[in-house]
Amino acid sequence: MATNGVASMHWRSEKIGGFDLSPSVDEQVHVLAVDDSLVDRKVIEHLLKISCCKVTAVDSGIRALQFLGLDEGKGSSVGLDDLKVDLIITDYCMPGMTGYELLKKIKESSTFREIPVVIMSSENVMARIDRCLEEGAQDFIVKPVKLSDVKRLRDYMSAGEFRMKSQQIGNNNSNSNKRKLRESCDLSSSPPSISFSSSPTSPSPSPSPSSLSSPSSPLPGLPPSPPSPPILSYSAPCSPTSLDSPTRRLKMSISE
Amino acid sequence: MLGLGADRLRADMNRLLALLFHQGVLDEQFLQLQQLQDESSPNFVSEVVNIYFHESEKLLRNLRGLLMDRECSDYKKIGTHLNQFMGSSSSIGAKRIRNVCVAFRAASEQNNRAGCLRALELLEHEYCYLKNKMHELFQLEQQRLLAAGVRYPMQN
Repeated sequence: MATNGVASMHWRSEKIGGFDLSPSVDEQVHVLAVDDSLVDRKVIEHLLKISCCKVTAVDSGIRALQFLGLDEGKGSSVGLDDLKVDLIITDYCMPGMTGYELLKKIKESSTFREIPVVIMSSENVMARIDRCLEEGAQDFIVKPVKLSDVKRLRDYMSAGEFRMKSQQIGNNNSNSNKRKLRESCDLSSSPPSISFSSSPTSPSPSPSPSSLSSPSSPLPGLPPSPPSPPILSYSAPCSPTSLDSPTRRLKMSISE
Repeated sequence: MLGLGADRLRADMNRLLALLFHQGVLDEQFLQLQQLQDESSPNFVSEVVNIYFHESEKLLRNLRGLLMDRECSDYKKIGTHLNQFMGSSSSIGAKRIRNVCVAFRAASEQNNRAGCLRALELLEHEYCYLKNKMHELFQLEQQRLLAAGVRYPMQN
């Protein structure tokens, strides 16, 4: 049955998930968030604001480039200092310009290539992640984005140096995941929450997201679930080894 | 005596949420949204959920329109809409809806019109269920606030 954590919808502790939310930098960090989904924009905006970031949210790669002054026909915009962006976080799948294309454009720009770019995606596709990291993405977050993800981003911005290697991030604090492992690790860091009748990692017995949980029966005529790359939040049990660099671990365990 | 209303309403809300979690309708991402709600944004969850409803209804209409076209259903477009629907559903923790989208997408990738139609019906059903439950939840919350307000009229 439900416990206190759910009851108080108006409660937010000073420490959420055990993290101290007071800004460790004097100036507010400015994040440019890019996502075509209004729902996701609202959520990421709020996550960032709660983590004491100033947020500019736009709905496309084109608008992001316009904001930065990088769009066609314009040189670097005057008064760039006012717009100083400390981090760009973008969805991967967007109509028009994808997050990957946006990433490339930013890395091609002498003015902006130093800005860390984080890619978000609801698809946990190894090849996609690799491609983004190779192109210079700072990190790759599997949606849905959570507070712990944003906290991790803040950490390496506050540190002042932009670590470009995933291994270094993997050696960082215990919650750093390139693949977000949504399981008891995260649940244990949240305030007392509802205890499910079954294990908190996976209320549905089915490990594959393409099968439906009860009471709906699998649709007749549909092909059996295709062998897609495992989505960690559904299939990976939380083991002691899960806290080191998951990207490295996954590369070893998954054969593409 | 006055406070009993607020406490009972809170218990009702908890019961409803527990049910939804147990049924797999919602997952822990919904809890995450609740954690983001505070005094400075007291309506965060209902705002996001209402945006989700608004977007979802558009997507469902589009999906139905695309599938009703017997000549040739634009499966690519269906896939795009489904990706959007999947994304926003997972962002608010609408787990069952998201799972139906995944199955739906598999059918569309096979150009399986019958499978798609069945999936769409299921999707519409799941969506209705969630919407009703969310409205119930928000109503309970409103009532609870009122009841709590009556108990502490001069709270400062």
